[in-house]
Amino acid sequence: MRPTPAVLVQEIGHQYGSLAALSDLTFDVAQGEFVALLGPNGCGKTTLFRILATLMRPTRGRASVLGADVEADPGAVRRRIGVTFQSPSLDGRLSVRENLRHHGHLYGLRGRDLSARIESGLERVQLCDRGKDRVDRLSGGMRRRVEIAKSLLHEPDVLLMDEPSTGLDPAARRSLADLLAGLRRDRGLTCLMTTHLMDEAECCDRVAILDRGRLAALDAPSALKACVGGEVVTIHAEDAGALAGRIREEFGVAPQETDRGLCIADPRGHALAARLAERFGDRVRSITVSRPSLDDVFLRLTGRRLEGSGDLGG
Amino acid sequence: MRRGLLGSRGVLAAGSLARREVVRFLRQPGRIVGAVSTPVLFWFLLGSGLGRSFNVEGVGEGGYLEYAFAGALAMVVLFTAIFSTITVIEDRREGFLQGVLASPAPRGSIVAGKIVGATMLAVVQAGLLLVLAPLTGVRVSAGGVLHVLAALTAMAAGLSGLGLVAAWRAESVQGYHAVMNLVMMPMWLLSGAVFPASGASGWVRAAMTVNPLTYGVAELRSALGGSREALRAAGAPGASASWLVMIVFAAVMIVAAERLAGRRPGA
Repeated sequence: MRPTPAVLVQEIGHQYGSLAALSDLTFDVAQGEFVALLGPNGCGKTTLFRILATLMRPTRGRASVLGADVEADPGAVRRRIGVTFQSPSLDGRLSVRENLRHHGHLYGLRGRDLSARIESGLERVQLCDRGKDRVDRLSGGMRRRVEIAKSLLHEPDVLLMDEPSTGLDPAARRSLADLLAGLRRDRGLTCLMTTHLMDEAECCDRVAILDRGRLAALDAPSALKACVGGEVVTIHAEDAGALAGRIREEFGVAPQETDRGLCIADPRGHALAARLAERFGDRVRSITVSRPSLDDVFLRLTGRRLEGSGDLGG
Repeated sequence: MRRGLLGSRGVLAAGSLARREVVRFLRQPGRIVGAVSTPVLFWFLLGSGLGRSFNVEGVGEGGYLEYAFAGALAMVVLFTAIFSTITVIEDRREGFLQGVLASPAPRGSIVAGKIVGATMLAVVQAGLLLVLAPLTGVRVSAGGVLHVLAALTAMAAGLSGLGLVAAWRAESVQGYHAVMNLVMMPMWLLSGAVFPASGASGWVRAAMTVNPLTYGVAELRSALGGSREALRAAGAPGASASWLVMIVFAAVMIVAAERLAGRRPGA
């Protein structure tokens, strides 16, 4: 028998009036697995996040966390999950410690046990010396770290994170990644995070690519990138449209026009790049060859780019 | 989940939420000043201004200043109980509420925390006004003080429940303010706080009868030393009717708020 999945999403659909935010979404997350929901703003990832966090009912379909149905048994789901919200769910007028204490009380924690958890939580996010400060006097990045400490305080089995890196500087992002990896190693933590940042998604075991409420792909980052092809050639040119036509005629490959330039996925990209440079050297500003990124995967699947989709969440 | 309200987890969660309401209040000095000074001002202006201009029948021997005192207490409790629940709109907008709703705390304990917090704030503020009573000749016995506090608590529980029901889905503080002023001013004016029912026209009397605040004001008057006969002569309800209405009103509002909090948007 297969172990119960940490998160199971079955044919979930959600409508806002006539607008379909999610259509027929099905996937699961195994216990101890880290999965990223990757997609641009408005792709439905925050809607799915809110459904799994028991804050919203889906229009159709079912979802469960460690076997507990989010609709039928939200209480059981709430006891097992930790939630890191995109806009921190903190009380600005309370101190960092007061916020954590209050959160502990909501989860039935109290006394010495709670105090010890608060101190170790602050240590985890390197905020021991700011415990007495009011939250509205902290920087955005620090608030984010308090939010993370808060979502881990009750030692959840499944962590749901909505754009966890928003507002974090690169050093804090690295320490968050280390913290999560440590919790997975020590306690078998499962993590499902929404993100529009490729490097964040790359660190996960699997990436679910969401496009306009549909699951476009779900696989390990390396497998997703492998299906793009060996290398990606990106060409910057003034008259990209006309050049794309010429390339198609003369080289028999179909470049995709993007805001980053013309992109061609090719198993032998570097050789193609050399030939392109020789033929159209006078018409291009630059030609680069790179290994495919998840952005290239997204482009291949949807015809659009992820990058530059902003920081506002979907 | 319903059972959880009575369990220790529910009490812990509700207590923590109630405590937070009080701490937040104390960290906003503007709220304290506004909450205490408005009714004092109203009482003083109404009592000393109107007191000599009209001779209102049924106000009793103490004069209008004394009559208006119970009304001022009712106003403090009405305004602070209802406006304390405004915090739920801020909580939603600032994101705090989503963290509470995603927690396993029973929905009933979330509502209870808000209502207990708002009730405590309302009763303490009305209590501050009560301290001023002897300065103007209103004499309250020790038993009377307890009676007043009990009536204030019952009123505040119902009113903060009403406030919470109205605030739960409200999108902006401004909109809530506008709507609630429209509800609260008539509620206060038609509660016997400003004039007794005995001299009022038929439809005003009818409105006073269905206004739950009327029963609280009557109980406050009785606690402040008003005789039952005088109250009955002024058209106020009796003690058992008053307590029954206050308790039923509070129970209905608390249950309604709990239902609302348990519902998730979506399907």
